[in-house]
Amino acid sequence: MRNVFLFLKRYSVLIFFLLLQGISLYMLFTYNKFHNTIYTIFSSEVSGKVFDRVNNVEEYFSLKKENQSLRLQNAALLSRLSSGLIVADSTFSFVVDTLKNDSISVVRQFQYMPAKVISNSVFLQQNYIMLHRGSDQGVLNYMAVVGPDGVIGTVVGTSKNMSIVMSLLHRQSKLIAVMKQGSGLGEVSWDGKDPAILSLNKIPKTVNVKKGDTVITSPYSDRFPPGMAIGYVEEVDQDQETNTYILKVRTSTDFYSIQHAYVVKNILEEEMQELKQKLIKE
Amino acid sequence: MHQFIVPYFYFALILWLPFKTSRTALLFFGFLVGMILDVFYKTPGLHTAASVLIAYMRPYIIILLLPKEVTEWGDEEPNRFSMGSLPYSTYILFLTILHNGYLILLEWIQFGSFLYFLGKLIGTSLISLLLMLIAELFVHRKTRTR
Repeated sequence: MRNVFLFLKRYSVLIFFLLLQGISLYMLFTYNKFHNTIYTIFSSEVSGKVFDRVNNVEEYFSLKKENQSLRLQNAALLSRLSSGLIVADSTFSFVVDTLKNDSISVVRQFQYMPAKVISNSVFLQQNYIMLHRGSDQGVLNYMAVVGPDGVIGTVVGTSKNMSIVMSLLHRQSKLIAVMKQGSGLGEVSWDGKDPAILSLNKIPKTVNVKKGDTVITSPYSDRFPPGMAIGYVEEVDQDQETNTYILKVRTSTDFYSIQHAYVVKNILEEEMQELKQKLIKE
Repeated sequence: MHQFIVPYFYFALILWLPFKTSRTALLFFGFLVGMILDVFYKTPGLHTAASVLIAYMRPYIIILLLPKEVTEWGDEEPNRFSMGSLPYSTYILFLTILHNGYLILLEWIQFGSFLYFLGKLIGTSLISLLLMLIAELFVHRKTRTR
């Protein structure tokens, strides 16, 4: 008996070690079998409380951000309240165009300025659209006007808060266009008959044109952003005398019901004009 | 890669206990520290087993590395001044690898492969040693030079 106690005393540390090691290994290898053991309940209670407190503190660090986002939301809601007031549209929105100077920097070419349509006509031979946005809000003559569905026209006159747009439905309106599927420059005009149908001439017969093809603005235009929809081919006629088609194009924009439009400003236009002038002088 | 690197640092608490701490107290402290870690990692027993092991092995390593009787130092803790740089680094290196090796071995028994064991042992030990080094440089601990 004495030897047993001596043994225990001598190896007490080892026995204690083996005991603790046994407990931990037992917990490790039985944990997956008893998910609802007291240990699990206890540990998730304790750690959950600590995590909760940590989270409580951490919330203070994001208060500034939260405030900022709430303020933004408030501003958005408040600005909706004032929608009853009639003011000239004066906001700007930028669109990054794919036009590139070099491989690194992207140059913004077109600036879109929203404007409200306040008068419109389609049944005359010379149809004009009036926008509630004028020279004070950045509209200049010869700027392009597009809608959500496609091209609308060109600015021909501005006052301080208004501007007059020559719509595509104007006998003198002329616009360079291309077929979406590829080559062939044409000219869109209006024959003054149907407000939904435009004429497209000068598309060469080498281009395969079918009914339903999309007609878009050309990439060579100074004023219009390239790839803007003009209309869809409605009727294909062969011109007997020349090597070109005579096409009827249904407008993509419904001119009967234009509510909003975007005035497009070509930011690079000055640069382009300068370059042209330089060339002419030389 | 991230699965191989887990920054374990908690066992430094066991390594830095004073020399005169009794073996039973060491074991108990190791058990407690490992248990607290396991509560938060939701891995009951895993860290406890490893920290109890190094708490048990610690006195033997110190006896191996240092010729003096442990009791002579009294309140002093193991650090590079009290033990000397080379014995101290050996002490840290050995116990770190022992801790991580045992811990990852236990993980390997449950899941994983030999590659997992080896990769995690190397990655985790390296990051643990790095943390130890940083702590050694920045944490001021009570020291009395020999």
